[in-house]
Amino acid sequence: MSMDFAAQINSVMAALIMLTAFGMLVQRRIMALLHLFAWQGVFLCFSTAIVGYVTGVHHLFISSILTLTLKVVVLPYILYALIHKLNIRKEIETLVNIPSTMLMGIVLVIFSYHLTAPIKELSTLVTRSTLAVALATVMLGLLMMVTRRHAVTQIIGFLALENGLFFAATSATYGMPMVVELGVALDLLIAAFVFGIFFFHINTTFDSLDVDQMAKLKEDD
Amino acid sequence: MIIYPFIIEALQVALLLMAAPAFAGWVKTVKCRMQGRTYAGILQPYRDIAKLFGKEVVLAENASWIFRSTPYITFGVMVMIGGIVPVFSTELPFGAIADVIALVMLFAIIRFFTALAGMDIGTAFGGMGASREMMISSLAEPAMLMAIFTVSLAAESTSLTQIVQVMGHGKFILRPSLAFALLAFIMIHLTETGRIPVDNPATHLELTMVHEAMVLEYSGRYLALIEWAGMMKLLIFSLLGIAIFCPWGIPSSATPYEMLFGFLLAAAKLAVLGVVLVLIETSMAKMRLFRLSEFLGSAFMLATLGMLSFFILE
Amino acid sequence: MPPFDIAIASMLLMLTPVALAPCCAKSRNTTIYLSFFIAALASLTSVAAGVLAVRDETTVSAVLQMGLPVLPFHLRLDPLSGFFLVVIGLLAFFVSIYSMGYVRSFHPGRSIVRFVVFYSLFIFGMQLVVLADDAFLFLVAWELMAAASYFLVMYEDEKAENKRAAYLYLVIAHVGAIAILLAFGVMAAQANGFESFQGYTFDSMRTTSYSPGWATTAFLLSFFGFAAKAGVIPLHVWLPEAHSVAPSNISALMSGVMLKTSIYGIVRITFDFLKEYPWWWGGVVLTLGLISALLGVLYALMQHDLKRLLAYHSVENIGIILIGLGLSMLFTTYKFPLLASLALIAALYHTLNHAIFKGLLFMGAGAVLHATHARNMEEMGGLIHRMPWTSALFLVGCVSISALPPFNGFVSEWLTFQAFLFSPALHRPILSLLIPLGAALLALTGALAAACFVKAFGVTFLGHWRGHHPVQQVHEVDWYMRGGMALAGLTCFLLGVLPTVVINWMDILSQQLLGAKIAATTGQFGWLWLTPYSSARASYSGMNVFIGIVGVVLITWLLTHAGKRSIRRVPIWDCGFEKLTSRMQYTATSFAMPIRRVFGFLFNISEETRLPEPFRHVAYPGGLYYRLRVRDRFWNWIYKPIGWAAFYTAKKIGNLQQGRIQVYLIYSFVTIIVLLVFLG
Repeated sequence: MSMDFAAQINSVMAALIMLTAFGMLVQRRIMALLHLFAWQGVFLCFSTAIVGYVTGVHHLFISSILTLTLKVVVLPYILYALIHKLNIRKEIETLVNIPSTMLMGIVLVIFSYHLTAPIKELSTLVTRSTLAVALATVMLGLLMMVTRRHAVTQIIGFLALENGLFFAATSATYGMPMVVELGVALDLLIAAFVFGIFFFHINTTFDSLDVDQMAKLKEDD
Repeated sequence: MIIYPFIIEALQVALLLMAAPAFAGWVKTVKCRMQGRTYAGILQPYRDIAKLFGKEVVLAENASWIFRSTPYITFGVMVMIGGIVPVFSTELPFGAIADVIALVMLFAIIRFFTALAGMDIGTAFGGMGASREMMISSLAEPAMLMAIFTVSLAAESTSLTQIVQVMGHGKFILRPSLAFALLAFIMIHLTETGRIPVDNPATHLELTMVHEAMVLEYSGRYLALIEWAGMMKLLIFSLLGIAIFCPWGIPSSATPYEMLFGFLLAAAKLAVLGVVLVLIETSMAKMRLFRLSEFLGSAFMLATLGMLSFFILE
Repeated sequence: MPPFDIAIASMLLMLTPVALAPCCAKSRNTTIYLSFFIAALASLTSVAAGVLAVRDETTVSAVLQMGLPVLPFHLRLDPLSGFFLVVIGLLAFFVSIYSMGYVRSFHPGRSIVRFVVFYSLFIFGMQLVVLADDAFLFLVAWELMAAASYFLVMYEDEKAENKRAAYLYLVIAHVGAIAILLAFGVMAAQANGFESFQGYTFDSMRTTSYSPGWATTAFLLSFFGFAAKAGVIPLHVWLPEAHSVAPSNISALMSGVMLKTSIYGIVRITFDFLKEYPWWWGGVVLTLGLISALLGVLYALMQHDLKRLLAYHSVENIGIILIGLGLSMLFTTYKFPLLASLALIAALYHTLNHAIFKGLLFMGAGAVLHATHARNMEEMGGLIHRMPWTSALFLVGCVSISALPPFNGFVSEWLTFQAFLFSPALHRPILSLLIPLGAALLALTGALAAACFVKAFGVTFLGHWRGHHPVQQVHEVDWYMRGGMALAGLTCFLLGVLPTVVINWMDILSQQLLGAKIAATTGQFGWLWLTPYSSARASYSGMNVFIGIVGVVLITWLLTHAGKRSIRRVPIWDCGFEKLTSRMQYTATSFAMPIRRVFGFLFNISEETRLPEPFRHVAYPGGLYYRLRVRDRFWNWIYKPIGWAAFYTAKKIGNLQQGRIQVYLIYSFVTIIVLLVFLG
């Protein structure tokens, strides 16, 4: 396929990644959040594969398969098992109401676009226009971590942030060196296990996963 | 021949008038099938309207001329809008009297007068319907405008004829901005035509009504005109969406053969759209009134994302 | 006759009632009919002068041998002044006809002569403002306008709240006037230094080139000053107070034309004098316009006093005009004269439209006030049966202000939207992304305005009568009032279906100020089609919309009335309850409740519901106590701190006044010693 058509499909994937990031930001139910995260992984994997096919950077295929196994299958499964064991059923509470979160998200997207606009002028890569989306996904992941009270959503925010960073790597430099990617993937896996252990502890101590409860740990003068 | 475009225009308006109850009937039929009920047939809305025209008008004692003229104004504006949207030809002489923004404002005239008619009788139901309707529509306006703006960025125009020309007959480019705008438009479509999750068109509980509460006091030929105008709104909004987002097949010349083909294609697209609408309606429940600000806020956000992706990605 | 002479004649004619009214003070009716007739004639002459001035593209100046010895008064009539003369004169004409009926119903204890004198001075002052060609005459005329309107606002001065409202108005008007004076000072200094007073003439201000720092200072000062008079947020607090306590014809004039003189000032200074400016000026104007528009309409939705509601809508519409001006400034900065002129024409068209439909609405509110002696909408209802003409004309005003085709409000909002849609042409990415959000806010404002006027018209005129005194006392107003309103309504309609004619006439303004005419493309398909920029881009035909709607309605009516049709009148449907009262209808407060819930975070809202003792059981209350208070947050954020700081400083300085003679002698002694030391 031609470079132009590949760039268009890549743009569509980038748009879908941004859409899932926003969807996660405004989602109320935790299972839907997990599904959106899995879909984001799918779009990411597809985008990496296309870039790899068109530019001939073949290790991107391996990255793509790694993303598929890790972010679409393994991590969501671990989180799903965690949610079932901890019996989490409540709706997720937010710090500010949903329309305000959406507005903040839009402002962040405009901000990322403003930041990366000079790079877009100078770059010659086929993925130059998607750097803004990648940066926006990172910001939206951070926003999700800041505005949510439930520990599991904060973790998903962290993972979404990592998705954004990965996408940024693909857009800016056609992927990171293979060693770095494998290392990051392994770190994520271990992080997921460690989070699981911590969640058990938090749940046993406070009987809930609301991170506001952890403010009780502060010393009172 | 200068008279020919006017014939096409008249033909389109007449066809839209005749087809509106059929489309409403089709949506109801698919819904009944999906919910496992028996259905009265696609032609039932025709029988309903004919029955209503034959009935006597019963008016409240203090109904003013606004109440009596609103059905005619509603019907008149709706017919005129029907003459503007390109269905199976882009050579409509009335197509230039209003662009998309003016079209949205023409719908606003109908809403304004229906709300006034709701308040005219002086019952609590009318006021409730009017107040809810104005709140919902004011939240839907920014989303609608942003979706139009996104489309106009790609087509560089807000005239419907021009949009159909550029999108339908231009180069085919995958545009994520239009995909976002389409999602936002679907949500606005559900809002403006009063379907689930915004308003239940089949409800008989007054406290859950929004649009029905405003027209609760109408009877006889007035109610017939308002019902018909409501069905036309569903049809015209769907055709508007098809014209903006799926315009392939709307012929730009005006030969009878091409128009027939365009008409059949439009019917097929409407059938598919009807099924999609029913799928959405059956899978969701009606939302609480104050959750609608989130729903419409998401529509606005989607449309804004569409606009942003136009600048970022294209 | 050249337009300048006609303008001078109209101004002199407008002054005659000042001399005539005290002469026939004995007979109230003679005073009223004579003075307002002369005022109407003078306004009509002013309209003629303005129309001719714009059409003939003339610019005439004159120097009066009055004023300071070194700086005589300069007068100048150019197309911009002519346009504003039309705005002032047209509404003054309608209001003068209306006043012939309205003023007759004033309380016999009050002096009509006082009212007529200040009325004439007020309109004369406004005409002088737009004709002034030097800073001194401008400020004299500005003060004349402010002082005359202060006395008019305070006309019913036996109530304390009226005096307070007028005082607030005076304070803020003078704060603005100081800022304008300083702005003129800065521009004159740049023009001519401190050598002579020549710098104060507008001609020298027009031809100077300003350094960027001083230009910014002048712009910010003048914009602040004019914004205070125009009622831009956050300087809007005087508007609802002053406009609601003034007599309704004065509210119509103040809202319709006095606010427009500030727009004239902004256009004159920014587009005519300071011609080069950075992009952020346009951004400031656009942002303030958007904020004013949105907050103005939201405040209006919370009101249940009809005149306060209309006053807050003036804030909203001034915001919309500023949006057009801001867009025009942005396009000028990036060198798109054609798009800038589109935005400027949209803003000026809205100025004309707003004057007419706001005047119509205030006149209607005055008629309702005259008939029911109440301003509170919650005590009205069902007036459409008792006041058919007023309600129909008020409906015309409501439809116009809600920007519905085919009336005039739609044309100017449509043009503003078209100007917004051209913002991708600005190649700065951050602007291209933020300006469309502004367009969405404008759409939200328009929809909320429609909601507000459904509420205003519905609660006041439709439904059942909610008041305490019997409704039989309410009757239709007389022919003068109906005549003034009907003429305004007709103008609304004409401005809506003939936009191309108006734009062709107005186009010289954008040519003069920005160097580009849009009429070439706007009216290229004849008087019927409005096609800004090009017909492929967008087109609208108001006349065709109107004819189409009327045609289809007539055909439908004829077809459905083909046979013999009967209508049966019955009581309203009551769900079997049978005990419906008029208090069970929706009130203005309840109508706005959903919107109040959604947007309530912008205000200071306190809501209290209480079941008063005693009651048998919670499920069967004997009554309900409900109190809702919606307050402006700006009072607590801006005005209270400033007031507190002023009082605090004054108190501290007041400590100087000890009251004992020795202390004062010590002050003099210390001063003498200090002077001796430093000057010796």
